[in-house]
Amino acid sequence: MQQNSIARLGNTGLYVIHDLGRMGLYLLQAMQGCFRRPFRFAEFLRQMHFIGVGSLVVIFFTAASTGMVLGLQGYYTLHKFGAEGMLGSAVSLTLIMELGPVLTALMVAGRAGSAMCAEIGIMRISEQIDALECMAVNPFRYMISPKFLAALVSVPLLTVLFDVIGIAGGYVAGVKLMGVNPGSYFEGMRTSVTNHDIWLGVVKSFVFGLLVVWICTGRGYFVHQIRGAGFGAQSVSRVTTQAVVLSSISVLVFDYLLTAILL
Amino acid sequence: MNDIAIEFKGVEKSFVREDGSRQVILDKVNFTIPAGKTTVIAGGSGQGKSVTLKLVLGLMRADRGQIFVAGRESTRIRGRELEELRTRFGVLFQGAALFDSLTVFENVALPLRERTQRTEIEIREQVLSTLEQLELLGHEEKFPAQLSGGMKKRAGLARALQLKPEIMLFDEPTTGLDPVMTQEIYQLFARTQKQMGYTSVIVSHDIPKVFNLADQVIVLNNGEMDVFTSPEAIQWSQKPHIKEFVKTTMGEIYQSHLVEQ
Repeated sequence: MQQNSIARLGNTGLYVIHDLGRMGLYLLQAMQGCFRRPFRFAEFLRQMHFIGVGSLVVIFFTAASTGMVLGLQGYYTLHKFGAEGMLGSAVSLTLIMELGPVLTALMVAGRAGSAMCAEIGIMRISEQIDALECMAVNPFRYMISPKFLAALVSVPLLTVLFDVIGIAGGYVAGVKLMGVNPGSYFEGMRTSVTNHDIWLGVVKSFVFGLLVVWICTGRGYFVHQIRGAGFGAQSVSRVTTQAVVLSSISVLVFDYLLTAILL
Repeated sequence: MNDIAIEFKGVEKSFVREDGSRQVILDKVNFTIPAGKTTVIAGGSGQGKSVTLKLVLGLMRADRGQIFVAGRESTRIRGRELEELRTRFGVLFQGAALFDSLTVFENVALPLRERTQRTEIEIREQVLSTLEQLELLGHEEKFPAQLSGGMKKRAGLARALQLKPEIMLFDEPTTGLDPVMTQEIYQLFARTQKQMGYTSVIVSHDIPKVFNLADQVIVLNNGEMDVFTSPEAIQWSQKPHIKEFVKTTMGEIYQSHLVEQ
């Protein structure tokens, strides 16, 4: 009995190492595919449209409501110290360094990541990926690398957009509704936000974009080899859920790590 | 040209189950597949028929042993060399494996667009002529989801034939088709093979219908293989597991008293 559980533990450990290994190789091949010719520009644009343009609505609403809540909440807190003038810097720093990159990545994971995972997963179980390989068409170059490139470009852009809309939302809530001085809102922002802060936000969004596209497409690619996922349609649905959860958690973990290292 | 298209030498393959135990699929398997002929690989489900195909294509790697394709050891090569070797194959998958976001035309044109330098006009010409041969003309703008089972198989065959393969692999090509369609598909295979002269490997449990096409039959059973040079040879085999296989797939053999004596 005891021996059995030790064996199971070792077996699980081996599986985790194996899984990490193949995901690592997957990342390597996907990145290689980004730099190999032929460059699939049309597919890249299509993915940009899907990940970028397709996420505009959800990013707009998330950013606007987050900014407005920050404006209200910030006003409430700062008002206690008579420091309403700091609202601009509080809202903008929170958005640019933390909430912008994190929430954008979470939204992209939920909307585009899940779709990419399910699409690749279905292609895997219906042997479409095998068919590509049999036609000697490299599946990385054909469909995975364009997704990587598109995510690496569009997630930072979406993040910047999130920041701008969020700051505007904070302005509406803080200045228009609560009566904070508009001059101090923008002046506080101008003096407190440095280039380093913006750079930190962009680096984060780039890393988060990579994490989301890597985990979501990778889980879909290995859908047939993931332990406990089952078979067929069920395996795709389970693995898609797993991909969104895993990528969201890793975004949050890496958020802490990057803040700790780069701040 | 080499007389042997594919050769397995002492090939072993096993899988690790979720609980960590091993399941042996192929146990030191040896066989050859002659070029230009039709070989049928038969056997019950779960006996490793599809695994054998995947090993041939290099989609899976053998644990031990060697696999030669057109005289080259496919078990050792990787990357670009493997890609090049794969261009010699055409594969018709069990579910046809058409790309469901592309139309029939785009599906069939894909290998030409990706693997050749041909112009769009040349590609269009070749694709339409294949579609005409396979009676799919008029359906080229449809998506796979809008096709019937038989049409999907024909579209899959059209796509597999684009790069003029030396070896065609068919993975259970008649699954999900009615008996009339099954017969038609087999006739189509025979016709295209005659035209193009490729080596044909058919994995099937469609016994005995598929035997009409076979020059050689390989029966897989519990990791072992038996090779028969004619469909008749299987039916007269004295090995107990082959007898059992014949009985379950074709029914009892009725012998006349003359033969028995």
